[in-house]
Amino acid sequence: MKTNSGIERILAGGGFVVTSECGPPRGADAEVIRRKGELLRGVVDGVNVTDNQTSVVRMSSLSACVILKGMGLEPILQMVCRDRNRIALQSDILGAAALGINNVLCLSGDHQKFGDHPQGKNVYDMDSVQLIQVVCRMRDEGRFLGGEEVKGRPVMFVGAAENPFADPFEIRALRLGKKVKAGCEFIQTQCIYNIERFSRWMEMVCERGLHERCAVLAGVTPFKSAGMANYMKKNVPGMDVPEEMIARMKGVPKERQAEEGIRICVETIQRVREIPGVRGIHVMAIEWEEKVAEIVKAAGLLPRPETRVGGH
Amino acid sequence: MIVGNRKDFGEILEKLGPARRVLVLGCNECVTVCGAGGEREVGVLASELRLCWKKEGETFDVKEHTLERQCDYEYIDQIRGFVNDYDVILSMACGAGVQYVAETYKTKLVLPAVNTTFLGVTIEQGVWSERCQGCGACILDMTAGVCPIARCAKSLLNGPCGGSSGGKCEIDNELDCAWQLIVDRLKEAGRMDRYEEILPVKDWRTGRDGGPRRRVREDMRL
Repeated sequence: MKTNSGIERILAGGGFVVTSECGPPRGADAEVIRRKGELLRGVVDGVNVTDNQTSVVRMSSLSACVILKGMGLEPILQMVCRDRNRIALQSDILGAAALGINNVLCLSGDHQKFGDHPQGKNVYDMDSVQLIQVVCRMRDEGRFLGGEEVKGRPVMFVGAAENPFADPFEIRALRLGKKVKAGCEFIQTQCIYNIERFSRWMEMVCERGLHERCAVLAGVTPFKSAGMANYMKKNVPGMDVPEEMIARMKGVPKERQAEEGIRICVETIQRVREIPGVRGIHVMAIEWEEKVAEIVKAAGLLPRPETRVGGH
Repeated sequence: MIVGNRKDFGEILEKLGPARRVLVLGCNECVTVCGAGGEREVGVLASELRLCWKKEGETFDVKEHTLERQCDYEYIDQIRGFVNDYDVILSMACGAGVQYVAETYKTKLVLPAVNTTFLGVTIEQGVWSERCQGCGACILDMTAGVCPIARCAKSLLNGPCGGSSGGKCEIDNELDCAWQLIVDRLKEAGRMDRYEEILPVKDWRTGRDGGPRRRVREDMRL
């Protein structure tokens, strides 16, 4: 064990991890975070807190992480390279560690074109692979990127994301390989709808032995409606929604589509759990946190193991 | 070359304000090739101004002149003889040219008629595409001759983001994903091992982040 992360603890014990996410509000109301956190308590082992996702201004990820931490949950700080240069990224890593945040997820970030401030200037001083390296170096070698000594190392469990459904497909496992080489210890994937393609990607990951050095958590997102499935297929870049999924959603009456979406999600979890190398599930119920408990329960993943030292 | 677009006529007119004695100054270099500010575009803009003001019954004097370059003093100096006959120099050069003309004629009002956009190439007649951001430390040897700094929307140095789809960039489906191009070329060359090397965080000091740049070649100075 390198860190105090509850996720690392479960993985180290050979357990199967369940994480979910919490999108901070577009305002300063801490209650929104507390409400979402309450829905996830006892249901998941870690909660990603998104960092201005889709480039829309929201409460900062670190602040929302601290609120969740205060409730006894295990937050995973998402950090994107879009908005901060190397000085700000390293500074926020120190701040997060000082506030007791044990997990960080290193991401490039969505382009600001998709957000509410498309006129903005992006930073991209470094990319996600380099950010992983920087955080690991601060933690393991006690050195900043610039070479100076870190006095009080940020002890965090380091993760990243990978999209097995983006192109070019043949380098998607190699790309994970670069993240693992950089020090990445867990990975959460983009939402899986095309299980066949995910399996092929996992085979490539396992062939390279990457699954032994980095825990792969398979990402799932329930459809709320056939419209959402269609929207994701057509409008979300790098999303692979097979035609039969859309047909299945369309095949049930509107009032029962949400139920069907959850059923598909649960079946997906059950299928990907069986794929060699998968060490956990990441449930991204976008603005639908109240359904996470139902999904995790139906997938047979409750109760969650106790991870906190001393219990809670 | 430097690629630019001519500004809209309305914007140019607004910037000119009450000025009616205007020297429209073109440049024979990059902006000629990309059809933004060469002799031909000088003629078009001057005609538009004359037509507009004639229709409004105004008195005006619009002169057309195109220099070999607006980024070298020796050419800019060629207009010294008649520059004072005009209230405004409307420069159709890139931003470098506009500034150098303004530096040369300190008391003259110099206005830009072109938006300077990027360092790029001609793809076909009428189509140009960005290739370089002048970072000052070229890595094209590492990236199969395709620059991810200029051509990836996020300037990623270690591979495509999760939005690369069918060879196109997530921000624009007309735009090639730079990393798809890099991977295709590395594969063709049998150099995929290159892809697996982690490119380190870039030292941006040689780029604009290190402050405005200046280059001195002692061996060339007179």
